[in-house]
Amino acid sequence: MPRRQELTGRARAERRLALILCAPAVLVMAAVTAYPIVYALWLSLQRYDLRFPNRSAFVGLENYLTVVASSRWWQAVANTVIITVVSVTIELVLGMLVALVMHRTIFGRGAVRTNVLVPYGIITVVAAFSWRFAWTPVTGYLVRWLHLSTDPLTSHGTSLAIIILAEVWKTTPFMSLLLLAGLALVPEELMEAARVDGASAWQRFVRITLPLMKPAILVAVLFRVMDAFRVFDDIFVLTGGANQTQSVSILGYDQLFVGLNLGIGSAVSVLIFLIVALIGLVFIRGFGAAAPGAGTRR
Amino acid sequence: MRSGERGSAWRCVLLLVLAVAALAGPLSCGGGSAGPPTVSFYIFHEPSGAFERGAERCSRLSNGRYHIRISELPSTADGQRQQLVRRLAASDPSIDILGMDVVWTAEFAEAGWLRSVPAGLREAVSRGTLGPALRTATWRGTLQALPYNTNTQLLWYRRDLVPSPPATWAQMIDMGTRLEEQGRPGRVEIQGAQYEALTVWFNSLVASAGGRILDDAGRSALDHTATEAAEVMRLLARSPAADPSLSNQHEDDNRLAFETGRAAFELNYPFIYPSARTNAPELFRNLAWALYPSMVAGRPSHVTIGGINLGVSAFSPHPDVAFAAALCLRDADNQRFAAVHGGLPPTLSALYDDPDLRREYPFADTIREALATASVRPLTPAYTNVSLEIQSALAPPSGIQPQRILGDLRTSIGNALNSQGLVP
Repeated sequence: MPRRQELTGRARAERRLALILCAPAVLVMAAVTAYPIVYALWLSLQRYDLRFPNRSAFVGLENYLTVVASSRWWQAVANTVIITVVSVTIELVLGMLVALVMHRTIFGRGAVRTNVLVPYGIITVVAAFSWRFAWTPVTGYLVRWLHLSTDPLTSHGTSLAIIILAEVWKTTPFMSLLLLAGLALVPEELMEAARVDGASAWQRFVRITLPLMKPAILVAVLFRVMDAFRVFDDIFVLTGGANQTQSVSILGYDQLFVGLNLGIGSAVSVLIFLIVALIGLVFIRGFGAAAPGAGTRR
Repeated sequence: MRSGERGSAWRCVLLLVLAVAALAGPLSCGGGSAGPPTVSFYIFHEPSGAFERGAERCSRLSNGRYHIRISELPSTADGQRQQLVRRLAASDPSIDILGMDVVWTAEFAEAGWLRSVPAGLREAVSRGTLGPALRTATWRGTLQALPYNTNTQLLWYRRDLVPSPPATWAQMIDMGTRLEEQGRPGRVEIQGAQYEALTVWFNSLVASAGGRILDDAGRSALDHTATEAAEVMRLLARSPAADPSLSNQHEDDNRLAFETGRAAFELNYPFIYPSARTNAPELFRNLAWALYPSMVAGRPSHVTIGGINLGVSAFSPHPDVAFAAALCLRDADNQRFAAVHGGLPPTLSALYDDPDLRREYPFADTIREALATASVRPLTPAYTNVSLEIQSALAPPSGIQPQRILGDLRTSIGNALNSQGLVP
């Protein structure tokens, strides 16, 4: 934090100019972000069904109580937590391996990095459709290769597994890119010194690489957890939320766009927002995660 | 270098101007341009082109009173409803006529999005129109829309396996089971996936057993007939006559399964008839049809009616011409063309005697008979929620617990009617 000090006239003028220059951006942000958020909060406190405009009324926290008392909400939370924890764990391990490969590659570095990024470059909905076709009997090659007798997208467990697979395939490259940036921070001299002292490759990785990479790992995991918690497109395309595979985002969408219940749908959205905010808070306060760059200055 | 930068800056400006012009274009067209008013008709894509032909014909016949422009809605029913709802909830004046699935009529009318049919036109709409089709277009005693097409399921079966069609569900499941046990194809193809068709199946069974899901006041009216219906669904799902992928089957999956020759029965819409003629000519020679099986021996079945109603938006700037256009769109000539070329059964009763139509629809009399005693899905503005609850309670059909189903459905339908709780 810069220390407070007397401002010269020029500094004051510059500060004023800065405010004026920022104002348009702030106004746009207020219009497209702050207003919808506040409006959603306001809607979540009302009984508001598009089909019954005459029955709208202020109901306080009733919508939240309805959501929290519903087994469908908790089923969706459970699904989302399972998808988040399993997919991010796999992504972290795989992403680290891929990052190490990218870091150590001597020739064809550009080609390797480009190839790794391909899944991340494909539009999620398109990828989800190809997963769906691949897992559907008659059209699907995966069903043929694995000699499956049933449609894996018709039961709860296998559907969740396929959703997680699609998520992992899609976002591991993102994870490995963030981790690669962290790997670049580990000084080569330190590794050399450890090697001279007789440390094994595993010891060097656990004792030197991981601690030095901690800020990068935390940021990568934080980004992915917040992202994974809002999983929507893969589920929307693969199962549409059938067989109890709804995530919280799918549940909110169904309330808003199928049920046309803006009150309850907004309450679901606000709850998702609160959970995501909580995840961010836990990571920053609890594990000391920091935005990239901010960590080095402390 | 600098000239290149300037060039790209100009390109940006040009793109921006074009984008603004593209946005402003449709807005300015709607305004006070000369010529007949444009009536925009929002309807799903119909591959035979019957809707476009009807729109052109009516525009011509109007003698310059209006010009109908078709805007296509998404291909799935959910997508169509979402787009219409989003626009109507925002009081969008660019929709004049909307093509609605019959089950949305009450919902849209209650929300105040439809203009009810003017008293002077009601007679012209109801004359010669099938009763159940009119019932789907009526809400709170007022005609809210114009029945356009209708549809209903028949029992299709193979004459080489089944000499005479079963009259009841129990007989059909029994026949199918026996065929399977003899090592011959005996499956019953029906839509068992967790979506709208599951509600259609349940509604047909409940109505055929003499009950109904909601009463006239829109309250839950489920009784022992719901339990009987659920028992039949479970019975089929657990019998050897069930398709192994029953719990994931839609109409088209049934059609394909039947065409491959693994089934003896199929409950489906008439679109399977021309398809079987092309894809399975051998099997087609033995393809026969009958009324939907009943629940009680000796009493007729009441199969669920489907189809499209035409509504006029409450936000249409010229409702009079919109009603005139809608009336023309559903006239006998357009309905005949849509039936013969698009496979959409008409709502005008007399057309079932038309020689052209009977050539394409040898089963025309059976369809008319089925439609005459057809049942309507619950008429309520909360229909979508009610239907989602029914689907959720009955999926998968093999897991139904008949003792519990009545209590479960009463609670969840009660919540849905009050727009309480979360939709599944």
